[in-house]
Amino acid sequence: MKLSVGPNFYYWSKEKTLAFYRRLIDLPVDIIYLGETVCAKRKQMHTEDWLALAEELAAAGKEVVLSTLALSGAESDMHTLKRICHNEQFVVEANDFGAVGVLEGRPFVAGPGVNLYNHKSIAWLAQLGLKRWVLPVELGCETLKTLQAHRPDNLETEVFAFGRLPLAYSARCYTARAHQLQKDQCQHRCLEYPEGMVLSTQEEQVFLAINGTQMLSAQTYDVIAELTTLEALGVDILRLSPQPEYMDKVIDTFHLCLSHRLTPADAATRLKDWVPSGVCNGYWYGDAGIKSI
Amino acid sequence: MDLVCPAGNFPSLKAAVDNGANAVYAGFKDQTNARHFAGLNFDDTALSRGIEYAHRQGVRVFLAINTYPQPSTWHRWQQAVDHAGELGVDCLIIADLGVMDYARNRWPDMDLHLSVQGSATNYEAVEFFRRHFGIKRVVLPRVLSVKQIQQVIAHTQVGIEVFGFGSLCVMVEGRCALSSYVTGESPNTYGACSPAKSVEWIERLDDGMDTRLNGLLVDRFNAEEKVGYPTLCKGRFGVAGNTYHAMEEPTSLNTLAILPDLFKAGVKAIKLEGRQRSPAYVAQVTSVWRAAIDHCQKDIDRYLTQADWVSQLEKVSEGTQTTLGAYSRPWQ
Repeated sequence: MKLSVGPNFYYWSKEKTLAFYRRLIDLPVDIIYLGETVCAKRKQMHTEDWLALAEELAAAGKEVVLSTLALSGAESDMHTLKRICHNEQFVVEANDFGAVGVLEGRPFVAGPGVNLYNHKSIAWLAQLGLKRWVLPVELGCETLKTLQAHRPDNLETEVFAFGRLPLAYSARCYTARAHQLQKDQCQHRCLEYPEGMVLSTQEEQVFLAINGTQMLSAQTYDVIAELTTLEALGVDILRLSPQPEYMDKVIDTFHLCLSHRLTPADAATRLKDWVPSGVCNGYWYGDAGIKSI
Repeated sequence: MDLVCPAGNFPSLKAAVDNGANAVYAGFKDQTNARHFAGLNFDDTALSRGIEYAHRQGVRVFLAINTYPQPSTWHRWQQAVDHAGELGVDCLIIADLGVMDYARNRWPDMDLHLSVQGSATNYEAVEFFRRHFGIKRVVLPRVLSVKQIQQVIAHTQVGIEVFGFGSLCVMVEGRCALSSYVTGESPNTYGACSPAKSVEWIERLDDGMDTRLNGLLVDRFNAEEKVGYPTLCKGRFGVAGNTYHAMEEPTSLNTLAILPDLFKAGVKAIKLEGRQRSPAYVAQVTSVWRAAIDHCQKDIDRYLTQADWVSQLEKVSEGTQTTLGAYSRPWQ
């Protein structure tokens, strides 16, 4: 089983972004997803910066995939989308059906935001070039089991295995709203929150993390404890979602566990110390995602 | 411009037809549609009666099969498509690729619309569904500004339907897992957001009320406040030391004021939300919107929102406030 690092949902400075990815060169991850997937207004890294970084990481032996925006509506979003999709060097992860439409006919990856909930949809898209799909985050083990049993030949399966879950996207920017600003005058306030802004209930139960136009779970999803099942189901890739702190420790822990030098139970215990607001895994068991079972 | 009205049951369908709908949309009594609520929707007999009633007055019937089947439940969606075809609906509103493919092959002459739950927010997505399934129309998620809608229209022959009035989803439809994160039941697979069986209304000793969803505190009202349904995106939460409607106030969408802009943009149909609402609601909003669309079609440059339309709609709105939502840039 391979390890991937998913696209970074947060907005970091260019220096911080480059440093984060350059550090991955020496870490045991096989696949790296690059690109802005949340908000087109984030310009610390331009498309050409992402492409240059992609080349650098590829030259260092990593498999690089370029990820597209999850919610695109503006004309300028379409230009960026086509620029990414028409690159000749890297495979692209589609994060909406607009991207799927531009990519069809060539090998592509369907990200977790492309709703593939059943074998019929997956098989249909495989005819169009789907080479890898990511299980939608709200689906669990039972559904995955049946989907794997019906999987078309040569299709790779990736599971979002660690990270705050991308739960929702909106036209509205909630970081700007938290600062009484409109999106068009947002002042890029999300740059001040490298891990988003925690949203809690009035009883102070931690619930979500605001990340611009995206809502993440506050709790970090972690299915390392189910590694044996993931292996038995023939999952090809585990996706780890970037976080600003302890990412190297997270990657090492997954790697040790995959190479049977650490038990899944011990790995799960370790990982709890390196997440910002606790862990969750309810979705894996077909339950409320927020639960930790 | 078509007026597409909600029909949660036969009396609502009748109310929509009698008050000037061009089309009604409905669903079966199960999780194959995105308003899977107890006591709502149609069985075969009721739908058959509804189709007959609507067709007699020249009104079309659209059937929403707009949730996402999983392998173990695939057959239900397949059956829903076939039932709808056999009963003679005019169009299927579909979100899932596999269901869309099945419907296209099994019912080649059926009109297909891409549901709002299909999350197509740009022309490349719309054109993708047109190329492969010949969709006639797409219902756009409530996340685009009028200018962005115009851009979609400029690049596709597919008819564009937008939401004009009703409850407001602030997230991209079909891509919101907030409710499943808290309850385990997903709008995408189960067909209900913030499902009623997970809701608790708890009176406090100070006469205020707490509303919870599967135990999670969504809002806390004092005795003077109007208590709202605990839809997660309309609750009050704490962010950086402030407690407020962090995602959206309990407002509802009302686009009467920009109807001429939607017309000029080339929007083909206005959809009214509210299959879960009463026949009286459907009658009220349908008649107001019929009048507004007629007014606009007659003399677009002299169109003005009438005060009595507004007061009639306010009576049935969720809260007291209405909003233009994402159609207006500042909302974003």
